Parts: sequence; structure tokens; C-alpha cells
Amino acid sequence: MAMILRRLLPKGTRRSNHLGGLAIFGAVIVVLVGLIALLAPWLAPYELNYLDMTRQLEGPSADHWLGTDENGGDILTLLLYGARVAVIVGLATVSICTSVGLTLGAVSGYFGGWIDEVLMRLTEILMAFPGILLAILLIFITQEPSLLAVIGALSVSGWAGYARLVRAQVLSERDRDYVEAARAQGFAVWSILFRQVVPNIMAPVIVQATFGMAGAILAEATLSFLGLGPQDLPSWGALLDQGASYFLLTPHLAIFPGLAIMFTVLGINFLGDGLRDVLDPRALTRH
Amino acid sequence: MTEALIRIENLKMHFPIYKGTLARREVSRVKAVDGLNFEILKGETLGLVGESGCGKSTTGRAIIQLYRPTEGKVSFEGRDLCKLSPRELHPLRRNLQMIFQDPYGSLNPRMTVGDIIGEPLRVHNLAAGRDVQRRVQELMDIVGLDPRYVRRYPHEFSGGQRQRIGIARALACKPSFIVCDEPISALDVSIQAQIINLMEDLQREFNLTYLFIAHDLAAVRHISDRIAVMYLGKVAEMANGKDIYEKPLHPYTKALISAVPIPDPEIELQRERIVLTGDVPSPINPPPGCVFHTRCPFAFDRCRRDVPEFKEAEPGHFVACHLMDEPKRVADDVPGVAAAVG
Repeated sequence: MAMILRRLLPKGTRRSNHLGGLAIFGAVIVVLVGLIALLAPWLAPYELNYLDMTRQLEGPSADHWLGTDENGGDILTLLLYGARVAVIVGLATVSICTSVGLTLGAVSGYFGGWIDEVLMRLTEILMAFPGILLAILLIFITQEPSLLAVIGALSVSGWAGYARLVRAQVLSERDRDYVEAARAQGFAVWSILFRQVVPNIMAPVIVQATFGMAGAILAEATLSFLGLGPQDLPSWGALLDQGASYFLLTPHLAIFPGLAIMFTVLGINFLGDGLRDVLDPRALTRH
Repeated sequence: MTEALIRIENLKMHFPIYKGTLARREVSRVKAVDGLNFEILKGETLGLVGESGCGKSTTGRAIIQLYRPTEGKVSFEGRDLCKLSPRELHPLRRNLQMIFQDPYGSLNPRMTVGDIIGEPLRVHNLAAGRDVQRRVQELMDIVGLDPRYVRRYPHEFSGGQRQRIGIARALACKPSFIVCDEPISALDVSIQAQIINLMEDLQREFNLTYLFIAHDLAAVRHISDRIAVMYLGKVAEMANGKDIYEKPLHPYTKALISAVPIPDPEIELQRERIVLTGDVPSPINPPPGCVFHTRCPFAFDRCRRDVPEFKEAEPGHFVACHLMDEPKRVADDVPGVAAAVG
């Protein structure tokens, strides 16, 4: 596992550094959640629509390892399927945010001038708003709480942080000699920006993206908890919400989805911390 | 007399300083290069020396149009580069190359040596597919690198080797003119000679013309045919290497030459130095008249008033100094110094 991760890291970093114990623990969780999301239909003991109206709000038993919910659905099954929502929301939001943020931030930092002014003022406006509040507002306005709406709402404000990070990195990178050398060679502007500069600033972006993933999963859970998540899918946040109503009666209903969210977010954050240590340019050794 | 490859007329490179965000206005300008006139002859090495901040690197970058000059002409093959659009300039870029000072910063750390040297070939459509690979290996061989290292990354090489990579990249498109921006300043002394020799060999082999920027007078003397001395954005004096060292005319040049150590303690003890006092004035607000008058031991009232003309004092020996018109002053004002330097 650790070997594979190290392989994935950019050249020049993997030889002299390695991921710490917590980061590997985090990576294991991340991979586990990913596999669960992928293999949910095969792993789940029951079908997604399974309901046993005669056995509602039961505690853990041999038939239902994690108990049943208010409708008699199997909580383990719902949690396993819930991983899909988490992974999809996390991946999609982070992909959209990083691509938009990377492009706009790179353009802003490299060209400067009025483009920079306009884009940075825009990011400031977006960042002045609490992201989750904006998402709630957007979903409320569209009146369509679906998976796409959640991803869209989280992406609208999410890219701003990446744009600012990338801009700062590009600013420090664009006057380096190798960029000037590329200009002297007659490289096209886009080629200089995206083939020469951007690969050199990816390390902090990758780290930011891991934390962003955890943030998106948490935000999706929050939205679902508030009833603004995807309605037709079992999301961890929605399960938590349901469990909260019966918390005094059957605490396991809220505890298991809560643990799923906690461990996933924790795992991703551990992995992000580890990646930050490994990808830190100061840790790069020159031979 | 060989013909000029590059002719520079009244070249100015000013960097504006802006204030305010919404209503941006220019508050002042850094006059990094302020009115240069000289020629670079085909096949020669023109050394460009001066203190840091005097505009020598800016001059090099402005000539190859890395910066677009504020004013003036840079003629190359009969065309004024400053007037060309980026599109028109693109095919000419392969003729105008640059070797950088910092062999660490000038190579992209995420690209292999093969890509660093090979990319220019692709950009200018000089080679494709396997030809790129073959040419890269040929270039590595020329600059003294083992072609087997083609897949390695810059951080796997030493400073001298990296500078060789930089040279190979500059050579890739078979240029006619190379700006060498302090190419040996960042290297160990033992490596400096190797790189200088390599550059001389390459010049002979490929008929290259160099603009060799440096602050190390000894290295410049070794490699240059002619030397130009810059001070605060202007050329103070320009002549062939021998004349600059043996009979410098401009007081600034004299001061620079007198600062070069002589490896003989007895001569070193006896000779007198011109030690310049004060700092280089700011290029944002250069002094009126001769820019050197604030530090010149021989300055008189005309120097504070009129800008000296850059003219031929002796055949092939150009200098911008009012003292040329009044030779007596040098001897009268500071006799000891004049005798020691002269």
C-alpha cells in the first residue's frame, strides 16, 4: 500500500522521503472507503431497498449487524451504499474545484493586471461567505435537493481557495529562470503556464485537494442532515439525521453513521498531513 | 572589419512603477537601461561588465526581446526586432538564445534533461519523433555530458553539469547569437575554466556570437574580444579588451581596473587604488548630466550639467566622458591617482 502511494508521488520526492505511520493509516481508510463504495452491492448483506417492517429500530443482532432503522432497513447496507454518495460528492466536488481553481488561479497569477484584479475580488467575495451557508441558500433557491445540486452548490464557492493557492504559487514561480528560458525559446504562453509552471506547483494543490475532499464529505453530510442532500440515496448525513430523532431510544442509529463520517474524514486528513510532509519542497533533497 | 550582427541604437528599457489598484497610475520609472548605442560584430565576444544593478542583464534580455524595449532599435539581420509582433518574432527566436547565471533555477526541475534540450526543437519544428532524441544525444555529447543521462532530472546533476545542460539547450536550435548572463558566476572556480573553455570551443565550431555579461573582470578579459563597461543604464566605455585594461579612459573603468587584484604582492603594495565612495544612485532618479558625476573623483561643473556624448576617442575606443575634451583636468585634480592608473 505504502509502496504504491510512494510510486504515485512526483519524481524526486519519493526516493528520500516516506509517509509516516498515521498517513499510511489514513491511506488505508481512504482506500477502504473507496473499495466499499465501488463494491457496495456485493458487500451489502441486503438489497438497498430492503425493508422489514416487523423489525424496526432494532439493536445490533446476527441478522442485522448494525441494527435496523425506523423503517426496518438494514443500517449496515445503508452505510455501505452511503459510502458511494460520500465518494462521489468528494471526488466530483474536488475535481471541479481543483480544475476551475487551477485554471483561474494560474491565469490570474501569471498574467496579473486587470484579470487578476477581477478574479481575486471574486474569490474574496466567495470566501467571505461561509461555504455551507451559500450551498444551503443555493439548494433552497433551486428547490431541487439532488446529488448534482449538492456537488454544484459545494463547487460554486469551493474553487476560490484553490484559485488563491495556485495564484500565490504561480506568482512565486513565474519569474524563475526556467520560465524565462522557456520564453526565450519561444514557447507559447499556454504551454509555459500549463506545461512548465503548473507541474511545479502541484504539490500544495494535491495536499489542499485531500483536505478539500474531507471538507466536501463533511459538507454533504451537513446538507443531508439538514434535509438538503440527495433525497433518493442513502447518505451518511441523512442517516445521522434520522438517527438523531431516536437518539435517546436507540443511539446506535446515529452512532454508526457518525463513526463512518468521522473515520473517513479523519483518514483523509491524516493522508493529507502525510502528503504535505512528503511533498514539502523544503524536504526535497538535492543530489 | 567584420560586419555587425546586432546593432543597438538608443536602446531604452524603463520599468514603470504603478500605484493604486482601481485607478492605476504610473508614479515613476526604473530606468534600467537608458540609451545604449553599440554594435555586436559577427563571431565576436562582447563582454559587458558593471556593478550589480547597472542594467547589464536587462540589456541582454532586451536584445533578445525577452523584455520589449521601451524605446530604440535592435537590428538583427537588417530587421528591427523591437518593431516585430510576437508572431513575426517567433521564427527569429531560435537565432537568439540565452545561457543563464543560475544553473539550478534555469532548468525546470520536473522535466528530464532530454525534454529540456529537446523541447526547443519541437517548438521550432526543427525535428520530430526520433530525430529529436538523436539530436538531443548529439548535443549532450557536444557539451560533454554522457548521452545515457538523457532520462535524468536536473537535480541529479552537479552545478557544472547543469550549466552544460543549459548550454546544450541554448545550442539546440543552432543559434547565431547567445546572451551569456553571468554563466560562470555561480560555479566553483575549478569548474569556471571548464565552462569558459567549452564556450570558446563551441564559438569556434559553430561560429557563434556572444554577449558575455559578467562582473568578474578577469573572466571577461579572458573570453572577450571587446569589452563594454556599463554604469547606471549607460555604457561608459567600450574598446577592445587590451585597451580597456591597459589604457582605460573613463574614470569609472579606471576604478574598476584598479580594483582587480594583481597576483604579485610587491606591485600590489605599490599601486594606488581609486576607491569609489558612496553608492550607485537609484535608477529611478538618476543624477542629471553625467550619471557618474556623484562618485567621480574628477567631476567638474560641466559633468553635473551636460550628458556626455558616447564617442570615439581613439580608433575603436568609445567613451562617454567630458574629460576627453579637457585632458589636463585628470592630471591636475588628483595627480597621484592619475599617475598610478595611467
